[in-house]
Amino acid sequence: MLGLILFGCGSGTDNKNATKEALIIGGLSGNELAEKQVFTKNNGSDPGTLDPHRAEGVPASNVLRDLYEGLVSEAANGDYIPGVAESWNISQDGKTYRFTIREGAVWSNGDKVVAEDFVFSLRRSVDPKTLSNYSSMLYPIKNARDVVLGKAPTDRLGVSAEGEKTLIIELEEPTPYFISLLTHSTTYPVHPPTVKEHGPLFTRPENMVSNGAFTLKDWRIQDYILLSRNERYWDDTNTTLSEVYYYPLDNPDASLRRYRANELDFTDTTPSEQLPWIKKNLKEELKITPYFGSYYYGFNNSKPPFKNNPELRIALSLAVNRTIITDIVLGAGQIPAFTFVPPVKEYQGTQPEWAKLTQEEREDLAEELYAQAGFDKNNPLSIEIIYNTSENHKRVALAVASMWKKVLGVETKLRNQEWKVFLETRRLQEETEIFRGGWIGDYDDPYTFSELLHSENEMNHSGYASAEYDALLKSASLKPAGKDRTGDLLQAEQIMLNDMPVIPLYFYVSQHLIKPWVVGLEGNVMDHHYSKYVKILKTETLTSE
Amino acid sequence: MSNFRFVIGRFLGAIPTLLILICLAFLLVKSAPGGPFDFERSLPEEVEANLRAAYNLDDPVYLQLFKYIGDLMQGDFGPSFQYRDYTVTELISTGFPVSLRLGVAAILLALIFGSLIGSIAALNQNSKLDYGVMFFGMIGISIPNFVMAPLLVLFFSIGLRALPAGGYNGGDFYHMILPVVSLALPQMAYIARLTRGSMIEVLSSNFVRTAKAQGLPVRTILLAHVLKPAFLPVVSYLGPATAAIITGSVVVEQIFGLPGLGRYFVQGALNRDYTLVMGVVVFYGCLIILFNLIVDTLYGFIDPKIKQNR
Amino acid sequence: MKKTNSLLNDAWTALSKNKAALISATTMAMMVLMVLVGPAFSPYTIDETDWYKIAAAPSFFDGHIFGTDDLGRDLFVRTMYGGRISLMVGLVATLVSVTIGVTYGAVAGFMGGRIDALMMRFVDVLYAMPFLFFVILLMVFFGRSIFLIFVAIGAVNWLDIARIVRGQTLNIKGKEFVDAARTGGVSTIKIIMKHVVPNLLGVVVVYVALTVPQVILVESFLSFLGLGVQEPMTSWGALVNQGARQMESSPWMLLFPAVFLATTLFCFNFIGDGLRDALDPKDRTRGND
Repeated sequence: MLGLILFGCGSGTDNKNATKEALIIGGLSGNELAEKQVFTKNNGSDPGTLDPHRAEGVPASNVLRDLYEGLVSEAANGDYIPGVAESWNISQDGKTYRFTIREGAVWSNGDKVVAEDFVFSLRRSVDPKTLSNYSSMLYPIKNARDVVLGKAPTDRLGVSAEGEKTLIIELEEPTPYFISLLTHSTTYPVHPPTVKEHGPLFTRPENMVSNGAFTLKDWRIQDYILLSRNERYWDDTNTTLSEVYYYPLDNPDASLRRYRANELDFTDTTPSEQLPWIKKNLKEELKITPYFGSYYYGFNNSKPPFKNNPELRIALSLAVNRTIITDIVLGAGQIPAFTFVPPVKEYQGTQPEWAKLTQEEREDLAEELYAQAGFDKNNPLSIEIIYNTSENHKRVALAVASMWKKVLGVETKLRNQEWKVFLETRRLQEETEIFRGGWIGDYDDPYTFSELLHSENEMNHSGYASAEYDALLKSASLKPAGKDRTGDLLQAEQIMLNDMPVIPLYFYVSQHLIKPWVVGLEGNVMDHHYSKYVKILKTETLTSE
Repeated sequence: MSNFRFVIGRFLGAIPTLLILICLAFLLVKSAPGGPFDFERSLPEEVEANLRAAYNLDDPVYLQLFKYIGDLMQGDFGPSFQYRDYTVTELISTGFPVSLRLGVAAILLALIFGSLIGSIAALNQNSKLDYGVMFFGMIGISIPNFVMAPLLVLFFSIGLRALPAGGYNGGDFYHMILPVVSLALPQMAYIARLTRGSMIEVLSSNFVRTAKAQGLPVRTILLAHVLKPAFLPVVSYLGPATAAIITGSVVVEQIFGLPGLGRYFVQGALNRDYTLVMGVVVFYGCLIILFNLIVDTLYGFIDPKIKQNR
Repeated sequence: MKKTNSLLNDAWTALSKNKAALISATTMAMMVLMVLVGPAFSPYTIDETDWYKIAAAPSFFDGHIFGTDDLGRDLFVRTMYGGRISLMVGLVATLVSVTIGVTYGAVAGFMGGRIDALMMRFVDVLYAMPFLFFVILLMVFFGRSIFLIFVAIGAVNWLDIARIVRGQTLNIKGKEFVDAARTGGVSTIKIIMKHVVPNLLGVVVVYVALTVPQVILVESFLSFLGLGVQEPMTSWGALVNQGARQMESSPWMLLFPAVFLATTLFCFNFIGDGLRDALDPKDRTRGND
């Protein structure tokens, strides 16, 4: 299930399929490229800004990945590969990184990319004046926290240049996932002269100087973002596309229709109630891959009825038939979740005892615990689920409510709130009883999930506070990568699961529709796709675009 | 001259209207729960404090309001919260032409065909043609935009591959056909009904009967006595029709992915982009005020008696 | 008093001769009865899910005569409940807006001068608020409730009626019989009640007939934006919206609610036409000459 699922024709059997299909559609030999190398993607919505240090959200990251290149980059399958840094070494204690900047790395205006550019950029990224939403991502770097909080000047940041080609980054603690942070846009370089000259307007198409495989040609707000090939990019010989369009369509039905009309080559997602239809009619083009995200329902652990009531919390968790949610309600191949942290690399999670029971046994156990908590069918629990307005959240909430009703007789009210109201309600923890939660990992390490339930984390909306859990997280954060660290995190999760402050429901999958003539993309757990790997094959239908 | 004075008077009278509108909208927007800096990933308190300070959100609301009105008088709608490197003025000036093109095309289509169809039906009252026309009119009214638009796309774009399924493409003719038609259809049907109704009423009124009895030719009667009063309700309906088109454009812009103000507005409201939402509201407010003024003036021309009463 | 009675009698006689209106009225009566008692004849409830009958086609054998929706809920029951909500929203909101609108518009139009200007300025102010903005914010503030939908739609829609009624009042006011009454020293309120309001009936009735379906459509527009009634409650608008998204794979999900919705809109329009013919203001005008 967790194996690599290939998009288009990366290699192996899919390659043959795509070739065959191209043959059928175009009547041409398989790998012949189309004359027009234009790739059209739906990006779901507009980025708020294309300033890599202030950008927020997935749509912005998608575009920035094509425009800029950080020290580290990713292969099509998600493996970390050298980016602007051609190599790096890590000190014995894991706290000092030395990067060697690649010969030939240049900005789109011809200037060389030098180590000092990164010093400028990382300082800018943590500078409180930049007003970055994500500066807290850089806390692992030495003194970053103090700089972000305005307690230290930016030049105290643990980043320095040695000549043009060597960049040194010092960390607070050995942070095993630090390399993966370097693929995040907060660590991308910006071109210092342009930023100094244009201020916030440096992101405009007429001003922007970038160092990625593409440059910004045009941005029509709510219409499209157009990128064109950066011929000065160091690896330009391996770039095939000449242009990439990013459309900000937030309506998945409209997106599907435009995909079917050949106006889009790639959709950001698929509407779940249309999945049966898609599976029947566009089976070959539907690409589903496990995605590093966890969907859960959180309890408000600081208020009755859930405060100090693990029996009730566990009963409600057991009564949910996750397979029905993943297979029938959502149906895209989501993975039923019995743990909070999705499996990633060497961290595979530990299933709790009850995960091994059949659903019937779980339901019996749930009834027992429900009775212990003092409820029964004549004296039912009455609660409310709060979720933000969305078709999928609605479906899951309805399903869960109906399961609780059937198994335990729980009376569940549903309340959907518009996104920003929901965020506020959830943050305040005043009215919430049960709330929807979902988290996509920022980097591929279990810690990005574990820290969410730390008692002092701003995003711990369940109010879960366990001294034991916090201590294990602290212990893990001091250790370098390896069995010890993983062990701490596993044990922390075990403790959490016994308390059940949240109900893990399922692990995400990414769902894309990709036209058969698009090749070079591969599914990966972070759902990061770089347009520089994409090629458009020659087909008859392509010309109708 | 009196016309000119009337127009000027209305213009001046619009100023308090606008002020009330701005204050009301401002207070509503500010009291909405959830703020522009609520994200899935919560911001560290210090970062949020910096952001709030940068946008002057820490001032008392009345000060913010004064500052906003002050900026507005200099034509400055402020910076957008959502599009962090753009000003609201820039956003409105890119989004408005799209909505204008869509809206004007839809209104014209609805007006011309609607009144034409309605008149034909009225002149042939209770004939098969009348019933047929009114039946289709009712279908037009009873199918919501969000059903009609996908139906049109399925048929013309995916089925026939004849028209684009969405996108603006600079507003070229082909890309605008389906959005304009789906936006105009309900209004067209509506105007057809209104025209038919009032025309039948006028046709059976005393003075038309008298005119007929005096043996005036039908065409003279129509042109001289029927058209003006018959179109009075249609002119009256222009205001609501514009409002309906603005509302409808939100659906149509979303379904066809057009970068118009309707979409900006919904996005802005959802993202608590205070300045963008205010900007669109104030802008539409001005537009509607202007439009009402035009309608009133037209009304005065059609029925001079009303003007005397002002 | 007598006159009103004879007016109603005349109207009834005229209406009973109008076939389309009669059929529509009968159909509507049956529809109302159906949405009220229909769910009692189904073995299913509005929120009961059947995971093994997701989006199942209509079938008489299992009792899902309209099929099921994408969560395996019975579409017949949901359509009936949706009808209750839609009809209620349509009628109540229209009543609210007509009451406010007619009074307001007639007074403004008749008083004329400064009062008219002031009253219409207030309408302008409200008009200049884009409707959507108003509704979205209301929905955001108070969560979503049916009551709020009434208020939101009713409060906005009276503007339209007020303007149209005012326009018509101005028109009527200019007519000889009103002038005559005024010269005869009849009080303002009396003139409004006796001469203006009855003469507005035609316009208002046509407008009501058009407003009920319009309000039902506005509710469906809100559903499209995700601002409709709270699940598991539903409305025709919400059902049609859901069905429209799956019209290719499960056409029944669109078809049944859409047929009910469209029939209702049709009926209201025909009834409106019938009433309009019956209450044709031209006869009244003559009666007062």
